[in-house]
Amino acid sequence: MNSDKNNIIDEVTQGEYKYGFVTDIEMEMAPMGLNEDTIRFISKKKNEPDFLLEFRLKAFSYWKTMKMPQWAHLKIPEINFQDIIYYAAPKKIKELDNIDKVDPELLETFNKLGISLEEQKRLTGVAVDAIIDSVSVKTTFQDTLAKHDIIFCSFTEAVQKHPDLVKKYLGSVVTYTDNFFAALNSAVFSDGSFCYIPKGVRCPIELSTYFRINAAKTGQFERTLIIAEEGSYVSYMEGCTAPMRDENQMHAAIVEIIVMDDAEVKYSTVQNWYPGNKEGKGGIYNFVTKRGICKGKNSKISWTQVETGSAITWKYPGCILKGDNSVGEFNSVAVTNNYQQADTGSKMIHIGKNTKSTIISKGISAGHSNNSYRGLVKISKKAENSRNFSQCDSLLLGDKCGAHTFPNINVKNKSSVVEHEATTSKISDDQLFYCNQRGIDTESAIGLIVNGYAREVLKKLPMEFAVEAQKLLQISLEGSVG
Amino acid sequence: MSKQNKNIALKNKLINLFEENKNSIFKNEPQYISNLRNQAIEKFYQLGFPTTKMEGWRNTDLTKALSKNYNHFFSSKQNDVDVEELFKCEIHDFDTDIVSFLNGFYVNGNSQLRTMSDGTIVGSLAKAIKQYPEIFENYYNKNVQSDKNAFVTLNTAFAQDGLFIYVPDGVEVNKAIQMVSIINHNENLFIQNRNLIILGKNSRLTLVHCDDSINQQSSFNNSVTEIFVEENANLDHYKLQNLNNDSTLINSTFVYQKAGSNASTNSITLNGGLIRNDTFVKLNGQMCDANVYGVYLMDKTQHIDNHVFIDHVEPNCSSNELFKGILDEDATGVFNGHVLVRRNAQKTRAFQSNKNILLTDTASIDTQPFLEIYADDVKCGHGATVGQLDTEAMFYLRSRGITEANAKLLLMYAFAAEVINKISIKPLRDRIDDMVKKRLRGELSICDKCVLHCGSPAKEIHFDIDMSKV
Repeated sequence: MNSDKNNIIDEVTQGEYKYGFVTDIEMEMAPMGLNEDTIRFISKKKNEPDFLLEFRLKAFSYWKTMKMPQWAHLKIPEINFQDIIYYAAPKKIKELDNIDKVDPELLETFNKLGISLEEQKRLTGVAVDAIIDSVSVKTTFQDTLAKHDIIFCSFTEAVQKHPDLVKKYLGSVVTYTDNFFAALNSAVFSDGSFCYIPKGVRCPIELSTYFRINAAKTGQFERTLIIAEEGSYVSYMEGCTAPMRDENQMHAAIVEIIVMDDAEVKYSTVQNWYPGNKEGKGGIYNFVTKRGICKGKNSKISWTQVETGSAITWKYPGCILKGDNSVGEFNSVAVTNNYQQADTGSKMIHIGKNTKSTIISKGISAGHSNNSYRGLVKISKKAENSRNFSQCDSLLLGDKCGAHTFPNINVKNKSSVVEHEATTSKISDDQLFYCNQRGIDTESAIGLIVNGYAREVLKKLPMEFAVEAQKLLQISLEGSVG
Repeated sequence: MSKQNKNIALKNKLINLFEENKNSIFKNEPQYISNLRNQAIEKFYQLGFPTTKMEGWRNTDLTKALSKNYNHFFSSKQNDVDVEELFKCEIHDFDTDIVSFLNGFYVNGNSQLRTMSDGTIVGSLAKAIKQYPEIFENYYNKNVQSDKNAFVTLNTAFAQDGLFIYVPDGVEVNKAIQMVSIINHNENLFIQNRNLIILGKNSRLTLVHCDDSINQQSSFNNSVTEIFVEENANLDHYKLQNLNNDSTLINSTFVYQKAGSNASTNSITLNGGLIRNDTFVKLNGQMCDANVYGVYLMDKTQHIDNHVFIDHVEPNCSSNELFKGILDEDATGVFNGHVLVRRNAQKTRAFQSNKNILLTDTASIDTQPFLEIYADDVKCGHGATVGQLDTEAMFYLRSRGITEANAKLLLMYAFAAEVINKISIKPLRDRIDDMVKKRLRGELSICDKCVLHCGSPAKEIHFDIDMSKV
């Protein structure tokens, strides 16, 4: 029975990565390495205004003074930042006003990923901004959005068409001095998504960005900026995949969200970068800084993430709850398998009065992987009557993996209440026995239990994503989800 | 002067002091102890004092404590004190063997080391080093973080005296041993207290460790305690800390447990300027039990920092941590619990809990309950809460005519009682209970001399019921 169970767990945890193909697209690249010339090259390529080049150069000179952070519970091999191509773009990207003009290879890529731009456009009513390597290749549904005065476009386009907005908000939540990877991204970011929801508008469709690393030896550095004006609402989704390669590729992104009075932003991520093979070779290094600020009263930011990919994940989506009565939410399922390492969690900074935050984190580790939750809840002196509840559970499948919890709670106020609880366990024999004696075989039982365990978070995902996320859990823990 | 410079000034002063006083430090001691000292001072030179840039010290700033001028003594200076008067310490109905230390040195010139009828050896560490070199070679400095903990290296280099207890195999010490360490001097003192406690197989010991100060002089006590609990031995350890507001106490305790042993540590912090309790427990055998409890009641600008590291090396062990604290006025608190479950340590049960009440907006708490788990068949959990007194409970009490002050007192007392009730010796529990009540009423001060030196038995909380509201 026991060895049976082990076999099943092995099977369950050894699914193959299904997005590992490479698309042969003609690419345009910057020379390898990082110096001021690279930055000027990128900036020139994108025909950027001076303020942006200045921003990049300032960030670069600051980055040069910094060292790679070592505090995370990760074993990060030394990264040679001169051995990365900082800009790679598919050729022929101009004048993409009609989907027919998109490189057929590219369309095929997205078809394989199950996000046919065409189909997506017609059936699901989700506006998609697809980003391959460094640049955005296609944004759908722009007309519909334009009717509501919503701006949803690539970052490059935003810089050209709405430089004032970009200038005003770029780096306002995540400054280039924030951390090592934020500084690097600020210096070399190539594209990303830009989204602006005007006052009182409820975005009628889900907005979505697909990120794809394709070219070898490249790093992807994109930036997302979302601004929700007073009383607006938007649900934003993000997905990512990469080809299977023996080398490690780097992804260092920044997401900034600004939310005004009574507005709400819902940000969902399904992160499925290539996690490396079973021996831990290859895979994406994912160093992401995501932060939103609830600037206005009664505003809300909610982060939902399903993390299944990447060899190394270093990611702490956070909320700065500045406006009174603002709400921050973080829901996460992180699955690590084989030799994957994840150090992820959330930061909730309470500044305004009556601010509330919830953190639900579910970690699942299998194989030789290590999965850590690291979080910060900070309640400042002025944040009267603030409330936080955090729950981080870890599930261990197999005896070679590790699950860790590193919460930090800092309270400077007497009227606030903070609660944190966490548990770590394996699937209990009692649960399995219960399922078995009701005629459910062990494999399905494990699936059932894992699914039930992650359900609390999965149900927070938008419907389109929930389906995909469930599929992903299936792939990551093959055969387990009934 | 910048923070860094101040730290370096004291560091250099201490290193020079060591060089200058080598003769008196090394006097009459076995060669290997001197070698340890030399290695340790070398290591301390490399490490320096911790700063807030280090993760483990991020929330505990030592700059102020380290920038004071301290005197360092290499021999006992206590001729002019009425020792009898100072240590007349008793707990009602609780018979203890008192071992007294004044300013870091053993008091009681004549019998520095006693061997009791059951073979237990109790007394001064300085004397024991010379008398029992074979025990020291086996145990001394064997289970401390000698390479990364600056305060431990500093202590190893300078340590002159402290408590030594050796309980032979199979001996159950019936009478609790009480260590009373008092600081009373008219100059600022830097004290390096070093204790070594060994429990042989199947033995049992209750140890009460009291840290007190008598006057308002600044002091810096860098205390290191090594405890070895052999197979199936049982240790009950209580730490009572009641120091003045200008004192600094760095208390590093290293517990090493072998199979089937049981060790429980209970720290009760009632007063102190800056107190850091570092507790390291290594469960190095199967079927061990470790309990680490603590309660802290701080006010004014006091700072309390409890760090607990529990290392589960072997399978089938359990550990339990419970820390509760009430922070008033400008007090600051830090809790860091770290449970490490190694790959081999299957069937581990480990629980951690830290609960805090903040009474003012100027008090603050940082809590970090960490779990690091590499084995899959485990049950581990942790919880942390920060809040205030329950408003509904408050309303209930007020609606029964209990004044606000009393209701508050009752609730705070009830909050702390969860930890106090873990004290297994009734007379000691009653006494500490009383101390906590007094502390909460604001009656307790360091002029009560020894923490346990309050004559009358426990007084109930007196309710002045406001009759006009009934």
